[in-house]
Amino acid sequence: MFSLAKLIKPALGLMAGFTMMAAATSLAAADETRVVFVTHGQSGDPYWSVVKNGMDDAAKTLGVKAEYLAPETFDMAKMGQMIDAIAASKPDGMVVSIPDAAALSAPVKNAIAAGIPVIVIDSGGSKLTHDLGGLLFMGQDEFQAGVMAGERIKALGLTKAVCANHEVGNSSLDDRCAGFAKGLGVDVPVMNGVIDPTEMKNRVIAYMTAHADTQFILAVGASGAEPTLAALDEMGLSGKVKTGTFDLSPTILQAVVAGKMEWGIDAQQYAMGYIPVAMFDLWKKYKIMPIADYPTGPGFVTKDTAASVIELSKQGKR
Amino acid sequence: MVSEIRDERVRSVSRLSRLLSRPELGAAAGTVLVFVFFAITAGSTGLFSAKGIVNFLEVSAQLGILAAPVALLMIAGEFDLSVGSMIGFAGILIAIPAVFWGWPIWLSLLFTFAVCGGIGALNGLAVVRTGLPSFIVTLGSLFMLRGLTLGLTRGISGRTQVSGVHELAQNDPLNSLFSGQVFPGLIARLADIGLIGKRADGLPSISGIPVSIVWWIVLTLACTWLLTRSRFGNWIFAAGGEANAARNLGVPVARTKITLFVMTALAAALFAAIQVLVTGSADTLRGTQKEFEAIIAVVIGGTLLTGGYGSAIGAMFGALIFGVVQMGIFYTGIDTDWFKLFMGAMMVIAVLFNSYVRNRAMRSR
Repeated sequence: MFSLAKLIKPALGLMAGFTMMAAATSLAAADETRVVFVTHGQSGDPYWSVVKNGMDDAAKTLGVKAEYLAPETFDMAKMGQMIDAIAASKPDGMVVSIPDAAALSAPVKNAIAAGIPVIVIDSGGSKLTHDLGGLLFMGQDEFQAGVMAGERIKALGLTKAVCANHEVGNSSLDDRCAGFAKGLGVDVPVMNGVIDPTEMKNRVIAYMTAHADTQFILAVGASGAEPTLAALDEMGLSGKVKTGTFDLSPTILQAVVAGKMEWGIDAQQYAMGYIPVAMFDLWKKYKIMPIADYPTGPGFVTKDTAASVIELSKQGKR
Repeated sequence: MVSEIRDERVRSVSRLSRLLSRPELGAAAGTVLVFVFFAITAGSTGLFSAKGIVNFLEVSAQLGILAAPVALLMIAGEFDLSVGSMIGFAGILIAIPAVFWGWPIWLSLLFTFAVCGGIGALNGLAVVRTGLPSFIVTLGSLFMLRGLTLGLTRGISGRTQVSGVHELAQNDPLNSLFSGQVFPGLIARLADIGLIGKRADGLPSISGIPVSIVWWIVLTLACTWLLTRSRFGNWIFAAGGEANAARNLGVPVARTKITLFVMTALAAALFAAIQVLVTGSADTLRGTQKEFEAIIAVVIGGTLLTGGYGSAIGAMFGALIFGVVQMGIFYTGIDTDWFKLFMGAMMVIAVLFNSYVRNRAMRSR
């Protein structure tokens, strides 16, 4: 039956394979630009998936070597260790996100002190980036994007709103809800949701049953927006109760085209993946670097513009 | 007279005490407790309207579909921690061939069930061949399947969500088997006589009973029959009670366990089929933590973590408690920041009450 020797042989073979692969990559041409991303976003997250696509496309187009790393859970200590490890491998440029300044400031500072140019994307903001000595910040200020969403809803004359958060505890989603309340100028309750689409949909139905006077539902990501649309459909409230969301997906864009959703807020995160690779390539070759920050969002995709980006969303570029 | 001679080896047990010693009794009592709690705290808010009932039954049903075969597996003394990842994996297996390669939905469904059943068999084989705890083997599958799901999906689609299944499934022969509503005529009639509320636009508040609820009931009954009325059921209890003794008596323990691993994998694929066809999309994160929820439902249902004792009906009550607590809190108006605290406490109280009732019942024998 079970023999240990049988198991060990393929295991050793596999390990030898990995070692050879690692050796081969380290022998790659030394003049090739190497950019490493260390972010808090798993590539399984639809939002970060687009960032990684941007990075991959830039690397392919420009002939640059780019790597993407993220801890498998929201573990800031581990992310700090990853930044240290990557800094020690001396890449030509490092791209980081800083969702927790207290935990990540020291590793980022050390990397910069060791002579590695750093661009900060998505989380961290402009001030922190420049305090640490980073080159520039690229991304969407989540709180500010929320404020702009709130102002748009206020302009429609709506006051009773709810923020449907499918991933409670993620601070950038909290920022989106908080900014929204600020922009709307009234208290906005947060509905705690889940990733599971059936439970999320049924929670929205339950919330709307208990709070029938709600006029607007803000979803803070595609995983919350699609079940919200399904819930409104099921209750016959589609189009009557207004809704909008952060981030895009083909389903969201179709709903915007059909008038079931006001807008989707695009952080244009593809640029956060693509442009740093190009910048570091120019930096290595010609010492060229833009001198100002690069805000990528918020871009509001509305009924007029949604149809034109559906195909791009299917490809994971928007 | 022959009928008066009684076999002295068989103890006479009254119908009542036989009922009291059933594993699902405590779970049934726990269910009543939870319903009473919500009738008091949320009775007037719509939780027990037709819409509210379908609302929590749909959540219970999806979990219950997983929990029934997981209960059988746990009675046989094994765990399957890979069912949650299997849901995500199966969803992608359905969506990618359909959306990217133009397969008809029925073919992707058959393909998915075949692949998932095969992986279930591999899980089972790995457990019985290596003798490692199934906890470890399937923990490995948990991670491997998530990684495989993500790698395949991003590699093929460049995204982590695949949508567009709705349009493709519309005219598929198997579509209504997984995503439809049953008894729409009956529901419409009940709405006409005022037993079921109406929406603002005049349609009934529910358009039918989600087919997942039918799956849940049928699957639970099938598992119950298998467990209590078939030879295979005896093998399950024997394998989980004392595997070596069972083997010596000629019970094919390995075959029994492998079959059960195939069943849990197929249940995960069924869960995924329902969710993909209802939502119209697949996502690499689907099914996250479902392995734990299924185990919770089974344990609330009175099945022992150590194996050898339990029932599929109990798992049904466990899933029902889970669904009611999950959705009920939204109707009570409690600040949802406290949601998980409340849910955990309700679970513990339900299980404590469940084991209290069971102990009382056992002592009275």
